[in-house]
Amino acid sequence: MLKRIRVSLAIFFAISATLLFLDFTGSIHLWLGFVAKIQFLPSFLALNFIIFGAIILLTFLLGRFYCSVICPAGIFQDLVSHLVSKFKKNRFSFSKSKKWFRIGFLILFLLLIICGLNNYAYILDPYSSFGRIISNVFQPILIALNNVCASIAEHYESYAFYEVDVYIKSLPTFIVAIITFAVFVVFPIIGGRTYCNTVCPVGTFLGFISKYSLFKINIDKNKCVGCSICEKNCKASCIDSKTKTIDNSRCVDCMNCIDKCKKGAISFSKVHKVSTEQNKEEETDNSRRAFLTIATTLVASSVVKAQELKVDGGLAIIEDKQIPNRECSIKPAGALSLKHFSEHCTACQLCVSVCPNQVLRPSTDLATFMQPEMSFERGYCRPECTKCSEVCPTGAISKITSEEKSSIHTGHAVWIKKNCIPLTVGDSCGNCAKHCPSGAITMVNSNPEDSNSPKIPSINTELCIGCGACENLCPSRPFSAIYVEGNLVHSQF
Amino acid sequence: MAKDINRRQFLEIAGASVITTAIASTGCSSDKNPVTSEKITTSSNTEIPTDKMTYRINKSTGDKVSLLGYGCMRLPTTSQTSARESEDEIDQEMVNKLTDYAIEHGVNLFDTSPAYCKGKSEHAMGIALSRYPRDKYFVSTKLSNFSPDTQTHDGSIAMYHNSLKELQVDYIDYYLLHGIGMGGLDAFNQRYVNNGLLDFLMEERKAGRIRNLGFSYHGDFELFNYIMEHQDQYKFDFVLYQINYVDWKYSNAEYIYNQLESHGISVLIMEPLLGGRLSKLPQHLAQKLQEKRPEKSIASWAFRFCGSLPNTLSVLSGMTYMEHLQDNILSYSPLEPCSDSELELLQNVAQQFMEFPLIPCTACQYCMPCKYGIDIPGIFAHYNKCVNEGNNPPNNQDPNYAKARRAFLVGYDRSVPKLRQASHCIGCNECVSHCPQGIRIPQKLSDIDAYVEKLKTEKF
Repeated sequence: MLKRIRVSLAIFFAISATLLFLDFTGSIHLWLGFVAKIQFLPSFLALNFIIFGAIILLTFLLGRFYCSVICPAGIFQDLVSHLVSKFKKNRFSFSKSKKWFRIGFLILFLLLIICGLNNYAYILDPYSSFGRIISNVFQPILIALNNVCASIAEHYESYAFYEVDVYIKSLPTFIVAIITFAVFVVFPIIGGRTYCNTVCPVGTFLGFISKYSLFKINIDKNKCVGCSICEKNCKASCIDSKTKTIDNSRCVDCMNCIDKCKKGAISFSKVHKVSTEQNKEEETDNSRRAFLTIATTLVASSVVKAQELKVDGGLAIIEDKQIPNRECSIKPAGALSLKHFSEHCTACQLCVSVCPNQVLRPSTDLATFMQPEMSFERGYCRPECTKCSEVCPTGAISKITSEEKSSIHTGHAVWIKKNCIPLTVGDSCGNCAKHCPSGAITMVNSNPEDSNSPKIPSINTELCIGCGACENLCPSRPFSAIYVEGNLVHSQF
Repeated sequence: MAKDINRRQFLEIAGASVITTAIASTGCSSDKNPVTSEKITTSSNTEIPTDKMTYRINKSTGDKVSLLGYGCMRLPTTSQTSARESEDEIDQEMVNKLTDYAIEHGVNLFDTSPAYCKGKSEHAMGIALSRYPRDKYFVSTKLSNFSPDTQTHDGSIAMYHNSLKELQVDYIDYYLLHGIGMGGLDAFNQRYVNNGLLDFLMEERKAGRIRNLGFSYHGDFELFNYIMEHQDQYKFDFVLYQINYVDWKYSNAEYIYNQLESHGISVLIMEPLLGGRLSKLPQHLAQKLQEKRPEKSIASWAFRFCGSLPNTLSVLSGMTYMEHLQDNILSYSPLEPCSDSELELLQNVAQQFMEFPLIPCTACQYCMPCKYGIDIPGIFAHYNKCVNEGNNPPNNQDPNYAKARRAFLVGYDRSVPKLRQASHCIGCNECVSHCPQGIRIPQKLSDIDAYVEKLKTEKF
């Protein structure tokens, strides 16, 4: 019974979290956005004490239910482990707690944060890792599928699907995601919850609490015959059937052992109280299978994006834009300041996966590694869009309206004279001024004396909000003649 | 009105097999595009006669020219699109098939240019036509010296000689100065007068290597009148001009046609369908025509209008697909001239057509390539399509707004890559002088961009 509840909840949260990261249209978060907001680290960073307090309190009451029910990385590993166990039954055995590893990783994690290297620390954070895996590995596959649908829809003149670009937003982050993905597959194959009980800092932290939790798994020594079936099925390797004891700091409340024990000797109960409730038989979980099917089909059908290059006759070749060398990176409106942002962002990539304008991508910069930043080679931060601020679970990007956005100064435009088309080619331009949503750019004569001289942009940085329309739409290639420098602090007036 | 001429014997080659391979379904949804579906039924249900083509006599040489002329600027490519929209190679096998079918059904004028299909049209037509005896077809090509480095005396003559070589002929039936009017008198003088080319071509005409000398005209009537004043000197045999039932009253077509008639100059007609726009009429206008002749295609009306003008020597249509060729042959086999009431109906349709906020782009691509990479005809085509289908809601109070907005925006990204959309136009104005329709392109692009921006930002 308890196991059923655990499994049902876990499936719900895992699927929700997955959908959240897969959804590139930003419409699912309206209903499922809370799944990201009840995660351990995000709720802490968002100073959401109600959620954070609830997690701590419930852990104190019930043990590490969080790891089995809410944490998407944990549930994903359970899935892998479950599949392996189908082929290899009774594959676990008790192992000693690798105490120094656990404490070592937790200290490393805290040290990195104290040193201001939180973005590296969050490589270990399970929720963000899961987000990176889904948004870097699985979302592109889904988009590729969507694009196939879009081309079919196009054939039938339907507008149900539209095409979305697929590209690797940042290679280093992609590599981190792939490695984490490999870890999340290999560790559970070898040892079930080994990652959660040695590496994961959240697991270690919750383990400290669950050691003293009110309810825990208990073995009734009178009923136990020492068959060790529970030990062989404990993916956390925390049941020692010889001494008939359980390491509660590692137990993730999966309840598998309760079902496995033929003698009914194991119960989830208050300390030392013995339950006689009997549970039986093997379960076949259809919904779990469904989840599995979805996941595998997604992997199997990696479809090459059709008709990326639909080159038309007589079209000039357009050179790709290159990222200018920005001294200060640009964060989305709502980030308040670079400092606030880097302190709160766990690099989970939820905002990146939802950005409809291809503006947000993980940073490759060492200091802000994997944390999102804006760049305008593929699009610009459209005035009506506030998607990233709506989805962010950690408060790194606080919720704003599009009206507020129009007055938040995330950066300021800088003019590069040597690239400006009216001066280099001689064509009259003014595309930057024409598209500036805040009217910060005025076209003025390049020679104040001569009213026939080519017109060049003049920027009023007081008005500039750093949306990047000018940079994106500047005809100069590969480097724009106008680009945005980020502001350290996002002033609002 | 029309001069119906008796059947003329043509080649016996290319038998029935061509007909059977002809019809392929194009798979367009029928409710969206009544024209296409109409055409398919026409061409598949009706026998297309091989011996009913209407011919016209050329007054200067006595040529018996088919009323339908094959325009070779939209030859098919291997990717099933026209060479105008695609970078792919020309599908020579299909070009041969189309040529065979055209000749078999009485078409005997083929019009090309060194500029068409990125310079590959003449070569492809040379291959297709040289399989026939030289006296079975008339070929027309042009001196397309648009680029300054071909405007020298030697450069232009080299272009002329190359045309003879590519077409595998030793004389050209109809030779045109290409695109007079664009750039005004200065461009005319620079391209043809100052470099002595016009004198050279008149010599070639005397020598018989050019049988008819003429020009294609795009522009206002100032330069046209200037040339007409010098007609005694140049003695142009024919003029290629854009005539159709919309341009008749709403552009200079009627005036120029009458001028040519009074000077005794034969008229070749281009853009009879306004770049296809007259075969894709807005639904309510298409309905008016279909009610009158339910069995016939919308395009056939435009062809019959042009054919009904007695001084028309031939109507050129750039045909990519077999179905278009079949339908157009049908319209002239034989020509049924428009009655007075039909002409009235067409003027009525033209009037309403002009009231529609469409952009008069014919996708001739003369503005292309835009050096900033904008897909000008693509943007206009998408805009016109949305207007035709009613997907250009004026404001967010419109009950259809959400659906139309999605269709407009999603369709925009589909038909034009983001980097080639109107927002990237910087207004350098280079294209303006190239547009034969006189569209103020940057202004129109800016309007469309503003409209798109409004659709994107507006809450509803």
